[in-house]
Amino acid sequence: MTENRMGARQVDLEVLRYNPETDQEPKFQRYSVPCINEWCVLDALNYLKDNLDPTLAYRWSCHMQVCGSCGMMINGEPKLACKAMLRDYPGTIRIEPLNHFPIERDLVSVADDFIAKLKRVKPYIIPGEKRVPTEGEYKQTPAQLKRYRQFAMCINCMLCYAACPEYGLQPKFIGPAAISLAHRYNLDSRDGGRDERQEEIATNEGVWECTFVGACSEVCPKHVDPAAALQQVKAASTVDWYLEHFMSWVKK
Amino acid sequence: METIQTDVAIIGAGGAGLRAAIALAQEAPNLRIALISKVYPMRSHTCAAEGGAAGVIKPDDSFDHHFHDTVGGGDWLCDQDAVEYFIHEAPKELMQLEHWGCPWNREADGSVAVRPFGGMKIMRTWFAADKSGFHILHALFQTSLQFPQIQRFDEYFATDLLVDEGRCQGLTAIEMRSGQMRRFNAKAVIIAGGGAGRMFPFNTNGAVNTGDGMAMAYRAGAPLKDMEFVQYHPTGLPNTGTLLTEACRSEGGVLLNKDNYRFLQDYGMGPETPKGKPVLKTMELGPRDRVSQAIWGEMQKGRAVKTDWGDCVWLDMRHLGEKKMDERLPFVRDICISYLGLDPVTEMIPIRPVMHYMMGGIHTDTKAATSLPGLFAAGECACVSINGANRLGSNSLVEILVFGHRAALSAASYAAGVKPGDEAALTAKAEANQSRLRDLFMRSAGKETVAGLRKEMTGTMEEGAGIYRTQEGMEKSCKKLSELRRRYQDVALHDKTNVFNTDLFSALELGNMLDCAEALMTSGRERKESRGAHQRLDYTARDDVKFLKHSLAYYSGLEPPRIDYRDVVVTKSQPGVRDYSGAKK
Repeated sequence: MTENRMGARQVDLEVLRYNPETDQEPKFQRYSVPCINEWCVLDALNYLKDNLDPTLAYRWSCHMQVCGSCGMMINGEPKLACKAMLRDYPGTIRIEPLNHFPIERDLVSVADDFIAKLKRVKPYIIPGEKRVPTEGEYKQTPAQLKRYRQFAMCINCMLCYAACPEYGLQPKFIGPAAISLAHRYNLDSRDGGRDERQEEIATNEGVWECTFVGACSEVCPKHVDPAAALQQVKAASTVDWYLEHFMSWVKK
Repeated sequence: METIQTDVAIIGAGGAGLRAAIALAQEAPNLRIALISKVYPMRSHTCAAEGGAAGVIKPDDSFDHHFHDTVGGGDWLCDQDAVEYFIHEAPKELMQLEHWGCPWNREADGSVAVRPFGGMKIMRTWFAADKSGFHILHALFQTSLQFPQIQRFDEYFATDLLVDEGRCQGLTAIEMRSGQMRRFNAKAVIIAGGGAGRMFPFNTNGAVNTGDGMAMAYRAGAPLKDMEFVQYHPTGLPNTGTLLTEACRSEGGVLLNKDNYRFLQDYGMGPETPKGKPVLKTMELGPRDRVSQAIWGEMQKGRAVKTDWGDCVWLDMRHLGEKKMDERLPFVRDICISYLGLDPVTEMIPIRPVMHYMMGGIHTDTKAATSLPGLFAAGECACVSINGANRLGSNSLVEILVFGHRAALSAASYAAGVKPGDEAALTAKAEANQSRLRDLFMRSAGKETVAGLRKEMTGTMEEGAGIYRTQEGMEKSCKKLSELRRRYQDVALHDKTNVFNTDLFSALELGNMLDCAEALMTSGRERKESRGAHQRLDYTARDDVKFLKHSLAYYSGLEPPRIDYRDVVVTKSQPGVRDYSGAKK
């Protein structure tokens, strides 16, 4: 059952290196790494670090596509290194840190901006109906769960920011993952905090910055579909605007 | 050295650390909280837990059932007062998470759904598809963002505790982006640093699980308890070690040997149950230690499936169908396709037991206090002894919540009575930590490498502390680990950059793992009985006369640890027979 999967192969990696203490600017370094064809790019990097060059810096942990640490550009596309399988890369593999983020060192990006944006959208339940845990759970039907579940799958890997041309041009843009997360809570039947979140996301730095290129959804390793979240927020905030300006007697 | 003043410092921002931080913010709102982690909170390994979290909620269940499942599952090495506290707090914590937005699976009427799990007599495992840990971690992280008093220090690598006047008063940590050491002055410290599975070559653990918290406490004088109890999860992918949740079996998957025979019935876990209709607490829903031992048995008998990655058995989930697979086990399907190129909807998956979890850890009492005043611990790094000799699946995601919360309350009340420490003495100790680090950083002449020593260590652990163990094997491994700890003093760093120096962090992690590894192997060598996950070919029976006791390993510098024992707390369940033969019930 395992024939043809274990083929050994020498893989050429071009890895962007940058040491802020000694380098004026980043440069590529080439390595030839003995690999097994069923490996992912992360396995190749780990081999490289243990056997060829212990100075290479990159983040990783779970090796199962859920911790979100190992996002990087692989042949120009934002990918999780643990999800990019060598079998899909026949030639030289070029590896760079995520686009649109400052480089801290080598493949390690500075994540401060993203972390601040997550916090800004108030990604937690702001209860609609007040209840204490001793009163039991908020009832939530499978259909109500399904409304937001997809948007709760985000692993914060930042690939969508690296793919988003708007974020590249306008770093103030709150961006796909954070807006999807706000939307996830807005859609949750337990939540009543939508108005507070709209102040952050239904703005020019929020959804109205998005020009619907859709690259975020294409690169998302968890099928969160941030582009859909953004469009849904736009549509909902347009309704809000009309309600406020033309039908102010109608309670939202 | 820059000093950060705080009231409670928490090392580790996974499930236990975050739960502790939120509890402090809510219940002791005047305290300053420093939440320190070598990774961003959502990278912590809680994210990888799949199956679910156990808590009594359904009308057919009772606290008594959860108690007895847990204590029997742990082969009576659990402290029963700790288990009692744990099971009563469990549903409260899970309900709290429900209120914080955790997307638990639901019944049609909107109430929380539960699924069966190994070793549990009643269905009581709350779950969020097969990403329960991921959702718990993110719900906690996101909830924590609303509390300004939680000051996060993301990507700070804690090196050592500061102990003076016989109590813990803070720690030193490296700010990873600058390479600078910082000193945290704290009235109380909570360690929530997770497990140490990376000591083993084939494991389900993330790169972060290097026992840093355990080793820090150990070096500071707090003993490590029951370290010899290592959980091998039965169903790991044979090449990468990636975990396939126990829910694969609780949803109806079966284990087969090379003759397509459900072999668990030959190991006291039968008779056979109908395929796709799992029966609680028998066959595929036996406890993890027994199931992994049965797989080992098949390998010995030559009835395993030969693969390029060694001997395996089959996990057959084909009869579940695509719809159920996608609804209940979508992540499992993704993982099998990604790493093995096999779709479990249409193909059987080869699996083999994989090191998964440390039952042992920093000895704590039921209040999550260690034996070092001012130091508390919770989660996998701790051993409060609810898991005994074998943890039941879905108890650990609750443990991080219950005892994370408990550690916060204990730390807060301790902090209220703390007098200021001796500033000069603490400064001197922090500077000593810094100078040790500088020595390691500057050393380039040493002939040992981090990767080389790590490889020797993981090989030794697999050899000495596998599913079955012998005196001879463990003696040999103890000697080897002692040698490796000496050679580690000569490890050289190639990377001389201050910024995000992963060569340095790997070296520190290796040192921590070696400390834990020696404690584990020495405790195992001394436990001359078979109990739960500690199975010996030379002492095959449980020995309650000599070993109804917890092992305690005390750090002794470069010498092997001193081993002592402590009585197990027995309240209402006397040691008995673990019976997983469904038909007899």
